[in-house]
Amino acid sequence: MQILIYILKRILQTIPLLIIVSLISFFIIRLSPVDPLAELRLNPSVSKETLQRETERLGLDKPIIVQYGKWAKSFIKGDLGVTSNGEKVSTKLKERIPNTLLLTSIVIFLAWFVGIPLGVLAAINWKTPFDRILTVLTSIGMAIPSFFFAVLLLIFAVKTGWFPVGGLTSSNFLEMTFLQKVCDITHHLVLPVTVLFTLSLAGLQRQMRGNLLDVLDSDYVKFARAKGLSEGKVIFKHALRNAVNPLITLLGFEFAGLLSGAALTEYVFQYPGLGRLILEAVLRSDINLVMASLMMGAVMLILGNLIADILLIITDPRIREGSQA
Amino acid sequence: MIRDLLKQLWKDKFARIAVIVLGIIYFALFFADFIAPYTKDFSDRSMAYVPPSKIFTIDENGKLSKPYTYNYKREFDPVELKIVYTLDRSQKHYIKFFAKGQPYKFLGLIPMKRHLLTTDESGRLFLLGADINGRDVFSRILFGGRISMTIGFLALFVLFPIGLLYGGIAGYFGGKVDMIMMRFAEAVMSIPSFYLLIILASILPSGMTSVQRFMLIVVILALIGWASFARVVRGMVLSIKKQEYVQAAKSIGASRLRIIVKHILPQTTSFVIVAMTLSVPSYILSESGLSFLGLGIQQPDASWGNMLKEAQEYTNIIYRPWLLTPGFLIFIAVLAFNLIGDTIRDILDPKSKTR
Repeated sequence: MQILIYILKRILQTIPLLIIVSLISFFIIRLSPVDPLAELRLNPSVSKETLQRETERLGLDKPIIVQYGKWAKSFIKGDLGVTSNGEKVSTKLKERIPNTLLLTSIVIFLAWFVGIPLGVLAAINWKTPFDRILTVLTSIGMAIPSFFFAVLLLIFAVKTGWFPVGGLTSSNFLEMTFLQKVCDITHHLVLPVTVLFTLSLAGLQRQMRGNLLDVLDSDYVKFARAKGLSEGKVIFKHALRNAVNPLITLLGFEFAGLLSGAALTEYVFQYPGLGRLILEAVLRSDINLVMASLMMGAVMLILGNLIADILLIITDPRIREGSQA
Repeated sequence: MIRDLLKQLWKDKFARIAVIVLGIIYFALFFADFIAPYTKDFSDRSMAYVPPSKIFTIDENGKLSKPYTYNYKREFDPVELKIVYTLDRSQKHYIKFFAKGQPYKFLGLIPMKRHLLTTDESGRLFLLGADINGRDVFSRILFGGRISMTIGFLALFVLFPIGLLYGGIAGYFGGKVDMIMMRFAEAVMSIPSFYLLIILASILPSGMTSVQRFMLIVVILALIGWASFARVVRGMVLSIKKQEYVQAAKSIGASRLRIIVKHILPQTTSFVIVAMTLSVPSYILSESGLSFLGLGIQQPDASWGNMLKEAQEYTNIIYRPWLLTPGFLIFIAVLAFNLIGDTIRDILDPKSKTR
């Protein structure tokens, strides 16, 4: 019960945060000297009525506070306006967000699956050649600019022809059976995942190693050793559980980092995700689309942090008790 | 304290290598005008995309000779339908050291003509090939590096005072002030930083001078980073303000601003140093990413990021791999900064075991 109340509180806390985020993004975009409907006006396929409707919906003839109110109201209703091509922003987002989520969740899963064991191994073998080599490798992984790495892999793909160059699906995707579709998407995902995986793996492995080394220094681990427990039991039953907790807090931040890193990677690989969408929108100064994808990015980030916090409540009893006091 | 830190830094093997590498890079960037064979904007359209110049030290008779190079000839191959580059062996161009070449102003002040390496008037010495406009990639890397390698530091100098003061005020005043200020900072952090970065960069009006644009990009980079820094400062201030000497300052009637700026913030010095060295690489990466997309530093100015813009087309890069050099330089610089940052963290916090 206590947990539920705590979680509920945490969820309520995100509401003011979202409001401030929307205010910030709204004012940044309104600060720009760009006429939000300029592109729309130039597009001959957009009818006069649509234009009129947009002007009214955005309240462009009214003061900026009213504009914000109008925008917020229609945002909550789910009406995000139209892009400069006259498409609905919401359909565009619906198409792109799952792709970005697919990419980032695969990366996070893989990074944890590989990064945690590697971090543990490095900590156990502290200062041995194995640990040194891993440290060198992670230093390299952290220093490669994501877009540069992506370009290198793209060249590799073109030269060898082993991987498709960009996109998420092949041209004959619609004719495939379900199994073929899965294979096709996996094939397209390999390179972008490799780029983002390398980046987040390096950070995660270091963090895990550092945490575990810290925990192994603590008194209760010394006590467990003094008690005569085997080294395996000390590490896996006592130390590891405490070392993983800070990583869960980091999960939210990692998600944020991935969203940002993914934008460039998506751009290089022509991957149809949210990052590339916002980039294209920015380059075309498509205000509705920019605003909506900025909000969606923020919502995803806040949700990521929320999930991380809730996970932490479940895994770390100390936080639960802290909340009662 | 700083001297002590530097001494320990020098003792560490990896950190020493990193310091030396960065030293060489910054030295080369400082003397870029002299080291680069050409000026930043020198272009020879007939030399578009020529490969790196080949330097010969043994002449056609098999005898040792002064180093010389041949120009490339650009020819259209009608059979294969592509442009081929062949060496024009009719004329040798000897490489001259400390000779007169393109005129420039050393550090923007002293007019000079001597270059470390040049060749004669009609020869073209492109050590790392040329780009689409026939500009020397090697020279542009040097000039671009000036921007790429300083922008991070400049952004930090804008961001740190803001973050320190913001975090200091929030932490010291506490209560409602703290809550409102921190909610705002959290909201800034909740927007994926790269999204914010490209949006801010895209609303920059066009038609600015390159200096204005550079300064504004510095400001934008600072706007992205201050929030998380302020949050950590606030946490530190919360614990420092309870100490006795702060109470003492309060009791003799020091103003709040004085207490924050003179008594509390100096206590965060070691953290500030670590945070600075650790965050330089991320600003270098941000700038290069931004320029790579064409939203940062604009042509004809060079930066390592915008030089890589041409690498966006993979067909381009497969035939002209020398255009990728700036990417390796970013990698090396970031790696070196990271190594130094890790070592400084180890020195300041003996308990930490990053290495």
